[in-house]
Amino acid sequence: MAYTRARRVLPGFGLSLGFTLAYLSLIVLIPLSAVFIKAAGAGWERFVETVTSPRVIASFELSFGASLLAAAINVVFGLMLAWGLVRYTFPGKKLVDALIDLPFALPTAVAGISLTAIYAKNGWLGQPLSLFGIEVAFKPLGVLVALVFIGLPFIVRTVQPILEDLDAEFEEAAASLGASRLQTFRRVVFPAIVPALLTGFALAFARAVGEYGSVIFIAGNIPLVSEITPLMIITKLEQYDYEGATAVASVMLIVSFILLLIINGLQAWTARRSGRSA
Amino acid sequence: MAGAAAHLAPHSGSATRFEANLATRDTAWVKVAVLGIGLTYFAVFLLLPLVAVFVEAFRKGWEAYLAALVEPDALSAIKLTLIAAAISVPLNIVFGVSAAWAIAKFDFPGKHLLITFIDLPFSVSPVVAGLIYVLIFGAQGWFGTWLSDNDIKVIFAVPGIVLATIFVTFPFVARELIPLMQAQGRDEEEAAITLGASGWQTFWRVTLPNVKWGLLYGVILCNARAMGEFGAVSVVSGHIRGETNTMPLHVEILYNEYQFAAAFAVASLLALLALVTLSIKTYIEWRAGLSTSEEKTL
Repeated sequence: MAYTRARRVLPGFGLSLGFTLAYLSLIVLIPLSAVFIKAAGAGWERFVETVTSPRVIASFELSFGASLLAAAINVVFGLMLAWGLVRYTFPGKKLVDALIDLPFALPTAVAGISLTAIYAKNGWLGQPLSLFGIEVAFKPLGVLVALVFIGLPFIVRTVQPILEDLDAEFEEAAASLGASRLQTFRRVVFPAIVPALLTGFALAFARAVGEYGSVIFIAGNIPLVSEITPLMIITKLEQYDYEGATAVASVMLIVSFILLLIINGLQAWTARRSGRSA
Repeated sequence: MAGAAAHLAPHSGSATRFEANLATRDTAWVKVAVLGIGLTYFAVFLLLPLVAVFVEAFRKGWEAYLAALVEPDALSAIKLTLIAAAISVPLNIVFGVSAAWAIAKFDFPGKHLLITFIDLPFSVSPVVAGLIYVLIFGAQGWFGTWLSDNDIKVIFAVPGIVLATIFVTFPFVARELIPLMQAQGRDEEEAAITLGASGWQTFWRVTLPNVKWGLLYGVILCNARAMGEFGAVSVVSGHIRGETNTMPLHVEILYNEYQFAAAFAVASLLALLALVTLSIKTYIEWRAGLSTSEEKTL
């Protein structure tokens, strides 16, 4: 430490780090720790009883299942979109590229009521789909649709820069060695973008598990059928069941922390693979 | 949102590079199929919800649209949304700049852990973000008794809404500035200090001009989220009409009362905000791309 102190030319280290740590602790770390302290205070048995109750288990299954499925769907179609944006020219490309981030910018409640209007029985897509007996709004399928909306930019925006940086040389080498385009994609391009695809998948999944606003309107919120986990926390709070709410919240927080570690690892892997600095 | 700083690098215009090269060019039917499926997916899942907001908002005509916006509860919701953003965004700018200065300009142990902690609010569910403040400031919370003895309301009042907004927008500015300032290094600032500039002079004259686009990028994303936050604010607000309703909460109330046209009218303002945000963001990316390519040619 003495060595770095001697080399320090720039001022403001104590002030900036001190303020950063104080603000971080007051706004984020101490409040988050309240969840675990409160959950611990309620005792282990109460905790297990809450998080293994049928309604909460059903909500975990829906939230995690729909989030996994939505992220997987977005990996397939997000890759196509990213590929189109990087490799092809087409009219309106700049506009499409800019609008990909819409789910980041559009308030979730707005997305929620809009998706509900579209997929309701008299909606633009709900009506034609109902002719085939497919109901989306107020069903678990509605949850999936909302999570697909919210997750798309995560995949496109993590894969796009990696595709952009891919050197044409590898594909040229593959082509000159007689590989078909499909072989080249499978053996050369795809392995290079796997870390980015997995990172995007994990980011979309992490966001989807905690998502509330866009889902809540279209889900229908039927107990044991279409209740997501964040809604369980709200329901328990409205019944003044603070211990129950914190028990469910602590499970979600632990999942978030694990996902954060996985995402950090994946991002480091992506950076190493592509030689980019984060 | 991760690695959003990477977007400041230009990533368009090279499509021709791939299409001109025989080895990287896809056959016409592959191009048609990939673009056809990809763009249909884009249109159904992204474009349609955006268009639907405006169509539903004007379903009952201009007059009903305007009436829904100038109604007193709507106006008070707009006001509260602006207040929450006006407090949380500047605070998170100060935090972002300070965190980026400490992390990018100095070496200290635990730096990676600190960066991970700064990202935490992005991985926490908005509902949990609201809950944590209820646990601390709510009636049954740590400070609940003390607050009610002193007649201070945090939960189900404006301070709670502001706190929840600060939490969910916490990382936006910091995570744009940290990688940017790390990449720029310390040489310019050290030169300024050696030539006799004060710390503040160095920051205003050297650091700030270097990071202005990244800072603006973080600020507009932070602002969009601050004005649009629903889940976290919903937990702490108590939904008192005309008092603790923000615009997204007002949309919810109108919608649940089956006042669809009015709900979509207020929602259309938020959708406009999203479009403005995306336009500024695209402009910044273009400017930042321009300035890096200028540097390359120099």
